[in-house]
Amino acid sequence: MNNVETIDRSTGRGSSAGPMIRARDIGNFPKEHVWNGFVKGAGIFMIILPIAIGIFLFIKGCGTFTTYGHSITEFLFSADWNPADDSAGGGTVGAAVYIVGSLYTCGLALLIAVPFSLAAAIFMTEIAPVLGNRFLKPAVEIFVGIPSVVYGWIGLTILIPFLKAVFHLNQGFSVLAAGIVLAVMIFPSITTLSADAIRGVSMDCRKGAYGMGATRWQVIYQIVLPAAKPGVLTGIILGLARAFGEALAVAMVIGKTRAFPKSILSATSNLTSAIASDMGGAMEGGEYNTALWTMALLLFLISLLFIFIVHQIGKHGETENAAK
Amino acid sequence: MKHADNTVRKWDEYMIQDAINIIDSQLAHSAETNRSQSEEDTGIYNKSENVIKIPKFSVNDLNLHYGSFHALKDISINVDKNSITALIGPSGCGKSTFLKTLNRMNDLETGVAIDGSVRLDGTDVYKDMNAIALRQRVGMVFQQPNPFPKSVYDNVAYGPRIRGIKKRSELNEIVERCLTEVGIWSEIKDRLFKSALGLSGGQQQRLCIARTLAVAPEVILMDEPTSALDPISTMKIEDLAMKLKEKYTIVIVTHNMQQANRISDKTAFFLLGEIIEYDTTNNIFLNPKNKKTEEYISGRFG
Repeated sequence: MNNVETIDRSTGRGSSAGPMIRARDIGNFPKEHVWNGFVKGAGIFMIILPIAIGIFLFIKGCGTFTTYGHSITEFLFSADWNPADDSAGGGTVGAAVYIVGSLYTCGLALLIAVPFSLAAAIFMTEIAPVLGNRFLKPAVEIFVGIPSVVYGWIGLTILIPFLKAVFHLNQGFSVLAAGIVLAVMIFPSITTLSADAIRGVSMDCRKGAYGMGATRWQVIYQIVLPAAKPGVLTGIILGLARAFGEALAVAMVIGKTRAFPKSILSATSNLTSAIASDMGGAMEGGEYNTALWTMALLLFLISLLFIFIVHQIGKHGETENAAK
Repeated sequence: MKHADNTVRKWDEYMIQDAINIIDSQLAHSAETNRSQSEEDTGIYNKSENVIKIPKFSVNDLNLHYGSFHALKDISINVDKNSITALIGPSGCGKSTFLKTLNRMNDLETGVAIDGSVRLDGTDVYKDMNAIALRQRVGMVFQQPNPFPKSVYDNVAYGPRIRGIKKRSELNEIVERCLTEVGIWSEIKDRLFKSALGLSGGQQQRLCIARTLAVAPEVILMDEPTSALDPISTMKIEDLAMKLKEKYTIVIVTHNMQQANRISDKTAFFLLGEIIEYDTTNNIFLNPKNKKTEEYISGRFG
């Protein structure tokens, strides 16, 4: 009996102890072998692919430090960006402006999106579940499907002139514009994941609190949200990862000015838009090109970090819920 | 013959009900202005007249519909103070639904329509009381132990906290007192700040009772509190209920007839949304008046 299903009562989750049938038990059913092979192959390919991309990025990106002899400190903390566009090198590769630009816009996007997303998630689960499931959920799902170039273009056409008029700017391209566009883009993922997490909080818990005379807000704030915290945090981090990786929409509204932003209203640049706009012109294997690969590697490492954090949160949530 | 029996019984009940209603209405205004006052009145009344115990709950012609389904039909029942009232009956007979009407937990469900009256110390809980205030007076313990995913301490302190008690010393005192009252203080005092989900099922259920006690309710509703527990934990909860009735009024829904027999003072038998028979537990189990009751308690259906 390999397939012992154990259900943990406190979490309601089932865990399977092993596969139903093992390969050696298949015997002479040829189709079983074919499908088995195909499914295994696809699975292994999906594991190899990201690892291969990671190795490739690592090899390409390390060129800045090995071939061209720059220090990691220079790359991360210097604002002096002037790589030579040939294989002789000798330029400077300080990417701090881009890094700060990315952090600034994504931080701002989170600041705008998280309160809205949480409120929307609470509304569609706790306050108006029927309306939420019938209208809000599909609406939010439509949001996810809109291509980023469309967001960027709408931002360019509506947001930029609006900011220009409201704040009397010479040009509307700014950190704020990028932050708003990113916030709109990550709003649906945070909302959907938070709503799922909130729905996952057991009804028993809620009833327990209501049964003691708690008000709806007390139940939401003190019982439901803390219990849903791992899921909500996962949503926020995946949203942040999306914001970090978004190139097109940001590039259209950030202004692509290589300078630290003086305020929320000044233009700057970020990692993704720098890569997107400069990769075409840079000579393959040259210092410029290699420095851009290093930025790509940095983006890869950041998203790796985010995924790692999500996994840690998941594990933490599990141990918290599992009977100790 | 059976029918006649039923009518006679109903008549009796109505007469008592009338008497109670008169007393109720006399008490009503004092109950509304001051609860402790009304409790005093009750005590004096009991001493001087010594006729009828004033009920904690009096329910009159209560009807409840889930959409088009008539779930409770003309329920009239009085629940005595400081006693255990058991509600028995087959699945789907409305006993849990009735229990939930007592602290308005069915407000949380959609499509529920209620008419008739449920009075707590003479005050109509649907017309003259706010559900939040009601639930602080009438606590509930559920079928599945449902501690919050928080520490043991925070579980018990939850109720006092939402009522505005913030002082650590006061909370410490409440937590210790309530956990002692349910008899698990010595078992879990070393793990107060660990997750309550790590406790055993029986401990969790007693924690949930402690959590309810922390709000200082007058009535505790228990919805099959032991059906998810092992026999030893069940026994502990039963002992606890017997002890708690000195200070609280308890209404318990149970599928376990031995349990009803062991711990309750009065038993109501529900069938298809109606109360078929309501009497002292001894009478229900030893001398049931209705044939259906007899069949049910002797295990012939349900």
